[in-house]
Amino acid sequence: MDIAFYVTAAVTILATLLVITRHNPVHALLYLNVSLLSHAMLFYLLGASFAALLEIIIYAGAIMVLFIFVIMLLNLGKETAEQERKWLKWQVWAGPSLLAAVLFVELVILVSSSDGTAYEPAEVTPREVALSLFQVYLIGVELAAMLLMAAVVGAAHIGRHKRLVLHRFLKEEPEENVHEEEPVL
Amino acid sequence: MNEVFKYILMIVILLFTLTSIAAWLIWLERRLLALWQDRYGPNRAGPFGLLIVAADTIKLFFKEDWIPPFAEKAIFVIAPAIVAAAVLLSFVVVPFAPGILVSDLNVGLLFFLAMSSLGVYSIVLGGWASNNKYSLLGALRGASQMISYEVFMGLSLMGVVMLSGSFRLTDIVMAQTDLWFVVTQPVGFVLFLTAGIAETHRLPFDIPEAESELVAGFHSEYSGMKFGMFFIGEYLGIILISAMVVTIFFGGWLGPVLPPLVWFVLKTFVFIVLFILLRASLPRPRYDQLMEYGWKFILPVALLNLLVTGAFALM
Repeated sequence: MDIAFYVTAAVTILATLLVITRHNPVHALLYLNVSLLSHAMLFYLLGASFAALLEIIIYAGAIMVLFIFVIMLLNLGKETAEQERKWLKWQVWAGPSLLAAVLFVELVILVSSSDGTAYEPAEVTPREVALSLFQVYLIGVELAAMLLMAAVVGAAHIGRHKRLVLHRFLKEEPEENVHEEEPVL
Repeated sequence: MNEVFKYILMIVILLFTLTSIAAWLIWLERRLLALWQDRYGPNRAGPFGLLIVAADTIKLFFKEDWIPPFAEKAIFVIAPAIVAAAVLLSFVVVPFAPGILVSDLNVGLLFFLAMSSLGVYSIVLGGWASNNKYSLLGALRGASQMISYEVFMGLSLMGVVMLSGSFRLTDIVMAQTDLWFVVTQPVGFVLFLTAGIAETHRLPFDIPEAESELVAGFHSEYSGMKFGMFFIGEYLGIILISAMVVTIFFGGWLGPVLPPLVWFVLKTFVFIVLFILLRASLPRPRYDQLMEYGWKFILPVALLNLLVTGAFALM
């Protein structure tokens, strides 16, 4: 089981590194997908099978498809890859690398100061997840619901458009005019 | 060691059976369509034309496997494999009979939903990598259709989960010992079947490939065995959805007199024939009609079904 965990962890790190270094956006998104799938695998190995499958259903199966959908529509070709190549100079890497290095040092200190006992995988059932969501973290769920509602209303507003009718027979007329004589044009 | 060997044997038998049944379905579909459309269908190669399957396979293997020079090679090659792999992986959790299944995951139903949600990648990537306008249009339609109907598929099953109290498929089957869920969840069954047809993008919902509008949609540029993978993936999808309908709503292997496996196969066969009958009898809706039907009709009905089921479950 340990070997499976380390192999999956290595795949996750490698895939994530490839995500940020690819020039072609679709290739980067596909590596992000691999990264998400291996994340799900890690969750599963740690006993959180419910979270693992939700990760695949929601992130890999729905959100990433939408990302690829948009990139596909933009039809980004060789020019974008060229542009990315020009933008990704070493100066750009400096800031993020510094911040990541701070996090890494922090991680090393935390790991070395722990007592060295391994995490024991314990099965987390869907029932436990549901109970914690609707008892301990209820306020978080409600806040997320409000945020999503606002997003849905916003999307509906942006997506609404009045249909332009050019043909006079298809134009919607007010109710009272329906039975009258045809108006003289 | 014995345990591991048993699993490997099971997987090999399952793979062999499923792929041969999927190939044989091509013959069944063509014969049944012919029957319903009052013509003969393939009847020359072998008895009842059964060898047409072998002829088709040999033809596919020996066709030129052409990759267009303008295509994205790596992604173009990967795309057809994804659909077959995702569908075959879903069969891991299908309980064919007591003891005849690969893995009895405690989140089996979610595993099925997860794998069917990954199947959309083969359409999206295949259409995009072909670098062809018809393929891209097919891919766009496929992506929106499959993402939408995935939502309804999950929602329509939650009523069953509520009643049986488990995501494990064997528990769901055992919960139907007295009464099949099709009786207590008729709305869920109809919605699941509709969403299942849309997920396998079979006629009447084969809008991603709509040959009268888009040549062949997302697989216009595919030939040879790569096209064969899409083809086999579609038939495997039919078997999968039929098997899931039987497991979730029609009591799975449960039934009197006959052995459990026979019951399962018989029930699944009925739904496979239903899939073919739907193809023979229904016209294809327009793309926007399909999306409106999904979001304005199926979604509210599925939510209402969930609400009523929840109220009953609480009582």
